[in-house]
Amino acid sequence: MSYGTESNPKFGEYGGQFVPEALMPAIEELEDAYERYVLENEDGFVDEFRERLADFGGRPLPLQRADRLSERYGRDVYLKREDLLHGGAHKLNNALGQVLLAKYMGKERIIAETGAGQHGTATAMAAAHLDLPCEIYMGERDIVRQRPNVFRMRLNGSEVNPVSAGRGTLKEAISETMRDWAASVETTHYVIGSVVGPHPFPRMVRDFQAVISEEAREQVLEKAGRLPDSVLACAGGGSNTMGAFHHFVSDDGVELYAVEAGGSSLSVDEERGVAPNSASLSTGTEGVLHGARTRILQDRDGQIMESHSVSSGLDYAGVGPELAHLVDTGRVTPVTVDDDAALEAFHRLSQEEGIIPALETAHAFGYLHENYGDLGEIVIVNVSGRGDKDLESVIEETSEREIEGAPEMDVFQGVGR
Amino acid sequence: MTRANSAALAAAFEGGPAFVPYLAAGDPDYDSSLRYVEALDRGGADVIELGLPFSEPIAEGPTIQGAVTRALDAGMTPERFFEFVSDLDVSAPLVCMTYYNLIYQFGIDEGPEPFVERSAAVGIEGFVVPDLPAEEADPLREACDEHGLDLIFIVAPTTRGERLERIREQVSGYLYVQARLGVTGAKADVSDQTSESLDRVADWPVPKAVGFGISTGEQAAEIVAGGADGIIVGSALVDIVAEGDGEETVEERLEAKARELKRGTEKGFEQRTPRAERP
Repeated sequence: MSYGTESNPKFGEYGGQFVPEALMPAIEELEDAYERYVLENEDGFVDEFRERLADFGGRPLPLQRADRLSERYGRDVYLKREDLLHGGAHKLNNALGQVLLAKYMGKERIIAETGAGQHGTATAMAAAHLDLPCEIYMGERDIVRQRPNVFRMRLNGSEVNPVSAGRGTLKEAISETMRDWAASVETTHYVIGSVVGPHPFPRMVRDFQAVISEEAREQVLEKAGRLPDSVLACAGGGSNTMGAFHHFVSDDGVELYAVEAGGSSLSVDEERGVAPNSASLSTGTEGVLHGARTRILQDRDGQIMESHSVSSGLDYAGVGPELAHLVDTGRVTPVTVDDDAALEAFHRLSQEEGIIPALETAHAFGYLHENYGDLGEIVIVNVSGRGDKDLESVIEETSEREIEGAPEMDVFQGVGR
Repeated sequence: MTRANSAALAAAFEGGPAFVPYLAAGDPDYDSSLRYVEALDRGGADVIELGLPFSEPIAEGPTIQGAVTRALDAGMTPERFFEFVSDLDVSAPLVCMTYYNLIYQFGIDEGPEPFVERSAAVGIEGFVVPDLPAEEADPLREACDEHGLDLIFIVAPTTRGERLERIREQVSGYLYVQARLGVTGAKADVSDQTSESLDRVADWPVPKAVGFGISTGEQAAEIVAGGADGIIVGSALVDIVAEGDGEETVEERLEAKARELKRGTEKGFEQRTPRAERP
């Protein structure tokens, strides 16, 4: 794991530390811990992290050539299989890193927020593994959408606190976790689930996730004999995106595509303050949310809009500041895939490759399906997580649509409710 | 001599301890909110902190979150906020409390200057911005200095060392001393953290107003007796707004509560300073 050596709070104009004063000392303490343990490997932190990622997490994970997709699209499609990580998503890379760091820092309690539940699940697993008590904040609406993950968190011994404010999704859960942290900073570490929030979170989470592209880069060189032409990853907050891109950023010949949730439309309803998508890189504007200056979905006054995606994991009004910067500088191309195309891709990948992807990941496959002709001869798609958690949503959403190749839905409606 | 750009804010703290109430502008609706703020003025407010609602108020507890949501639902916007300030008939100087994104997004040019200019034009005397730490505050600080407004900073119980120095360099008007860790919300007791926090800033050249958790005249007296130059009360007042009219109207209860809190500060000041030594 080759980590950077700098701890700069900004990515161009983005990033920074916009948080209540009560949290600033904790953030400075975390910055210090990040520099010592993560960047300088003090007390062998990075060695222990790598060992636990291997033994507990199951790394390294394969870069699999997807034969049928390759045949269908007439190019080599490789899948980076983060869905095979313990817990079923890339989220454990970061959760394990942060919970271990909290342990090195002497913190006594872990809190986290979760949208789709994957980050909450990963944090609950990491906290159980490292024997720290853990509480997870989750929007009420997401609790309904992601019931299996809620149960998994409880099984691992974490408390799950429902958040009823606003629309009851990730945005509100993050605000609520920050409030808890403001009251408990002296004993508690807040495990932010993506490359968002105040410095050093965007940099630190990226470093924990960079193992994805570190492995993928070595593996593609070994298997294909050269670097890929394109790397595709879905982008909500952007942690699997930055993880999949990081070690390719300096390879100018590799195109990097951040696939955002186009939801039901890319237009916004200013009157109601609703964006029917979660595409903050593609349609958002610069602003300050949850501790950082970044691209956000906001109305012309600066109020944060309600976002939408068929995938809870992408349903967030902001995005990591580093991604926003890489888009501004032209290094990363932001693209969108709507709800329907993501659902179609979900069914297609399940049937053709025997991999049931997370709805988040399905967006990346939706983009591949629609634009494969522009992606070059070798394409890597980051399979950010597996789709078991999404089955109830998929049953409900598929039943409302005509989707080619989907199973007959009548028998499944109401299953699990 | 205290450091202040606004003469009105400086004067508010010169006559003895200040009572600084907070309400969210537009809660629960524009017209009622105007009357409620004016009731606090009649009840003895020395400075009024007026909240401009932001959709993600991460420093606020459930009470003020509720107020912010009601005000936003009733159509409060930055533009309406400036109208609101213009429509208010109060003698106390006004401080705008809001989050940085609203300040930053206002106007065509990026940056805080258009918001500050407009605030100055309608008679705002300063700002409290809970999510803007001293490290990120230079652009707003400069705009405030240019337009003669104050930038009030919060010192938390966790603020120590270099951070204190950074805030000391930047603060003007008054210092908001956060009485306890956590978010806003009325509490039954005075936190032990208050006096420690006050001790750390005792020699700063600005008045120190204590907020977070104060809800009664007795608490106000205790805090002022402990050395504070003022008290800031939000949630206890917002609770009255949230309850709505009963046997007594919201206005009547807000005015009475303001009098209780103002009297508390005066009582605390008498306890602190023996009569013979008072000017």
